[in-house]
Order: sequence, then structure tokens, then C-alpha cells
Amino acid sequence: MLRYFLNRLIGIIPILFFVSIFIFLFVHMIPGDPARLVAGQDASLADVKAVERELGLDKPLTTQYVHFVTNIIQGDLGVSLKTKRPVFDEIAKRFMPTFWLTVWSMGWAVIFGLLIGVISATKRNKWQDYVGMFGAVSGISLPSFWLGLMLIQLFSVNLGWLPTGGLDSWKSYILPSITLGAGVAAVIARFSRSSLMDVLKEDYIRTGRAKGLKENKVVWGHALKNSMIPVVTMTGLQFGFLLGGSIVIETVFSWPGLGRLLIDSVAFRDYPVIQAEMLLFALEFILINLIVDLLYGVLNPQIRYD
Amino acid sequence: MAELKVNEAIQQPVSQPVNIKKNTPITEFWRKFKRQKLALGAGVFVVLLFILGIIGPFIAPYGAAEFDYDHILEGPSAQHWAGTDAYGRDIFSRIIIGTRISLFISILSVLLGAVGGTVLGLISGYYGKWIDNLIMRFCDILFAFPGILLAIGIIAILGPGLGNVVIAISIFSVPMFARIVRSSTLAVKSTVYVEATRSIGAKPRRIIWKHIFPGTVSAIIVNFTMRLGTAILTAASLSFLGLGAQPPSPEWGAMLSGGRDYLNTAPHVTFFPGLAIFLTVLAFNLFGDGLRDALDPKIKD
Repeated sequence: MLRYFLNRLIGIIPILFFVSIFIFLFVHMIPGDPARLVAGQDASLADVKAVERELGLDKPLTTQYVHFVTNIIQGDLGVSLKTKRPVFDEIAKRFMPTFWLTVWSMGWAVIFGLLIGVISATKRNKWQDYVGMFGAVSGISLPSFWLGLMLIQLFSVNLGWLPTGGLDSWKSYILPSITLGAGVAAVIARFSRSSLMDVLKEDYIRTGRAKGLKENKVVWGHALKNSMIPVVTMTGLQFGFLLGGSIVIETVFSWPGLGRLLIDSVAFRDYPVIQAEMLLFALEFILINLIVDLLYGVLNPQIRYD
Repeated sequence: MAELKVNEAIQQPVSQPVNIKKNTPITEFWRKFKRQKLALGAGVFVVLLFILGIIGPFIAPYGAAEFDYDHILEGPSAQHWAGTDAYGRDIFSRIIIGTRISLFISILSVLLGAVGGTVLGLISGYYGKWIDNLIMRFCDILFAFPGILLAIGIIAILGPGLGNVVIAISIFSVPMFARIVRSSTLAVKSTVYVEATRSIGAKPRRIIWKHIFPGTVSAIIVNFTMRLGTAILTAASLSFLGLGAQPPSPEWGAMLSGGRDYLNTAPHVTFFPGLAIFLTVLAFNLFGDGLRDALDPKIKD
């Protein structure tokens, strides 16, 4: 068990290393001179040179990279070109709204996804299955921003029940989290259906039925638990999808989170913020994948010996 | 996969339908595919979309940039089936004309990604060793970014615009195809017929293209179709965020974005372009599901 954990932990080190190089080089891949970009188009040559020294752009790439990594470890992510404030502060205050939005969305998605998946699997090839699976494939195909706008139209504009955007109270979470969770719920529904159907073919399920257990007990007591292992993995990986999806949804709902900050920063060409956000999103995604891997090891003892 | 082919070869004389001369893989595929009514319907819809993509601008009742300031933000009517936007342009016509953009962007970007990913996957799976390691680590890095984030990052470097959207989507499609093709390559590589070919002295390039690549085609086709839907969604999302197609382009995501300001008074401006995106992606996904069940039942979502 410990060996498995250690192996997985050691395994992410090269990925972290290459991702950090990739993000470091990001600023260098922008066409044109980054120093001129920071200094502004009308800056004098002396100013550009000063900025270049200040940012360390005149040093060799390797020195710059070491500097970059040391700064990150110390929590120094540079200064926003737009607000002239530390990027760390800009990101810190936006983190929690996005975090809670993701958690809410995942909550909805797991509840509804599992429910639809289980009903579809147990009522295989009946109308419940067809409705559930058509709903799921529709959920995957829905443009999230459109769903969000339609929900705003219905519940905020027409009915006036919920706010159109922003973050004021718990009510603000409802529409964005449903919008963001819809696609994930659909993926979970499809996946849990096929996983549960595989398990329902097993011998021990037949034994359970043969000894006269109620069907509900067979499904919820025996089959579901064993079919959940791949579903947990899949669900964990969907967190990455939620992180990406939040970028679009936050723009629709004027959400004060990381996603909207990213889009604003791209529009403003605020590269330090973009760089920091890419780093943060990638770290979160790698961390989630690691947790999923470890959780998988706990749930399924067989794979520890790979 | 190899076993499957052997089975087909054995069944060939037995299961010969009367009206078909030979039980080729294509007729076999058709036999399995046409049983799935929903996927068949989606396939027809996809074909119609392609026709619309070609002839759209010629059959649209109005032009994409035909302004009519006497009829702005009007709801659906007999003259304007999907209403008009803030400049009095006919939304229905713009959606028809925009079909071409969405299809072109998605096909081009997924095609580029598929070609790149397939070559990498074949090399990785066939040669193994350090080159496999190198390619797979490269894929891991790209996979460390949630799809749309990578696209936004690429656009942040290259600047907004449809061309850069194509580059961004094709880059993040590469690792996915590479992994899928690599695993099919590994499976085909260990079959007896590949070993036989190698033992008679065939060159690696010939083995890869003549013997291994055909074995990976069905997995590529299935994923290609699935990715088209995702690519349309991603391109529309990027246009919606202002990073892709710019107004006055009749790209669906850009049209939808333009309608946001009129959500209170004219919801149809956002409703219809979104519906077009939804139906198109739905058709590709249903079609892809059907292809998967008919071609490669082993792949699961």
C-alpha cells in the first residue's frame, strides 16, 4: 500500500517539472518582446531595457527558470499588468467562489448522474432507460453557455426567482452550478449505467437473486458498491472538466471567480495573471488526478501490485 | 481485433445475404449500424448538415449581412422564421450560412489533431522504448491542462481569431488520438500476422502502414466523430468568450454572444443559434455512439 502511494507520488514529479517548463516558456512564446509588452508600446528603449532587467529577461534562460520556480515556491507570482497588484492576491480572493461553485456542481452531478444511471441500468431497454440515456447524450451535447442563458431567461427574467448573476447569497449558486454540473451528470449517468450493467451480469448477483433477495437489495446493496470503482475514477477526472467549464460559466453568470479573471486577463493581455492561472489550473488538475489514483488504490486492492 | 477478422472470414460463405455478393467489412458494418435507428437518424442529419454547409449561402432566404433597420429584434414570424437580430438581420439565414463555419472549423481541427496523434501513436506503440516514453510524457503534459484551458492559453499567445482556434483545438486533440492509436497499435502488434510479416523481413514502415494502421482505423473513426461534436462546442465556447470568430461573422457562438445584451427583450437572438449548436453536436454524438457500437464495441465512454 505504502509502496503504491510512493510510486504514484514520485510519478508526478517529472510531470510537474515539464509543466513548469511549459508554463515558464509560455511568456517567451508570445510573438514580440515581452519586456516591450510590459513597458507599453510607447515606452522608450531605456524603459524597455529597465523592465528587461527588472524581470530578469536579460539573463540566460536556465537562470530565469530557476528564478521562476523559486519565486513560485515562495508564493511570488509576479505583479498584474492591469491592476499593478501582486498576482497572488488577485488569485487568492477569486479562489473560493470558483471552488464552491465546482463543489456544488459536482454535488448535483453525482446525485442526478447516479440516479439516472442506476434507473437506466435496472430498467434496461425500457422507456426509463431510453429517456435517461437520451437525456444523458443531450446533456453532453448542450453548449453550457446556452443552457446558462436559457436558465437565466426562465428563472431570473421570466419568473424572477433567482439572481441573474454575481455572488450575493446561496441563491446565486443554484443556476451556475446546475449549468456547470449538467454535462458531468450526463457523463456520470452513462458511465454508471454501463458499469452497473457489467456488474449485474456477475455470478454473485445471480446468487443473490436465487436466494430470494429483493431486487432493490440486490441492486443497492450488492451491485452498486462494486460497480462504483470505475465511476469514482471517472467522476474524479470530471473535476478537470469542471475547472475548464467554470471558465465559460463564470463569464455567463458574471461570477467573481478564477475563470472570469482568466478571460479578462486574456482580453487585457495580462500575462503574469494568465501564467499564474494556467499554473494553478494545471496543479489542481494534477493533484485531482493523483487523489483519484490514490483513491483507486484504496478502493481496488488488486491494482496495487501493478 | 484480429480474432474478429478471422471470425468474419470463417462466417463469410455461411452468412452471405442474397442481395449482397460479398460480406465485406463495409456490409458487415452496415448490417450492425442500420439496426440502430437513432444513430441512423443522426447520420442522415449529419449528411444534411454537410449538404447545408456546401449550399447554405445559396439557399438562405436572406444574406448574412443584410441589414434591415425597420425590423430589428423581431420575434419569429412567417418572413423571419427565427426572428431578426439587433441589426435586423435574419437569424435563420445566418444560422444556415454559419453551418459552413462550424463544420469547417471542427473538421479541420480534428483532422489535424487526428493526423498528428495517429502518427505519434503509431510510432510510440510500434517502436516502444525511449521514444514511446518521450511521446507519452509529452501527452501527459498536454493532458495536465483541462482542454479549454489549453486552448485559451494558446489563443492568449497567438491572439483571438478562428485560425488560432483551429490550431488550439487540434493541439489538444493530439494527445487523445495518440493514446488511443498507441493502445490499438500495441494490440495489433502482438498478433500473429504482424509477427509473420516481420519474420519475412518487411520493413518497419511497411508493417506500420500496411498492417498495423488498418487495424487502428475503426478506433480512429469512432473517436474522430466523437471529437467533432466536442470541437464544435469548444469553438463555439471560444467564440462566445470573444476569443474565436469575431462579429459580424455568422459563427453560431459569436451570434449567441451578440444576443446576450438583449436577453430580456429578445431571447430568440440567443435561443436559435444555441439550438443549432445543440442539435449539431447531439447528431454527431448519437452518430458516434452508433459507429462505436457497430465498429468497436470494446471502446466505452
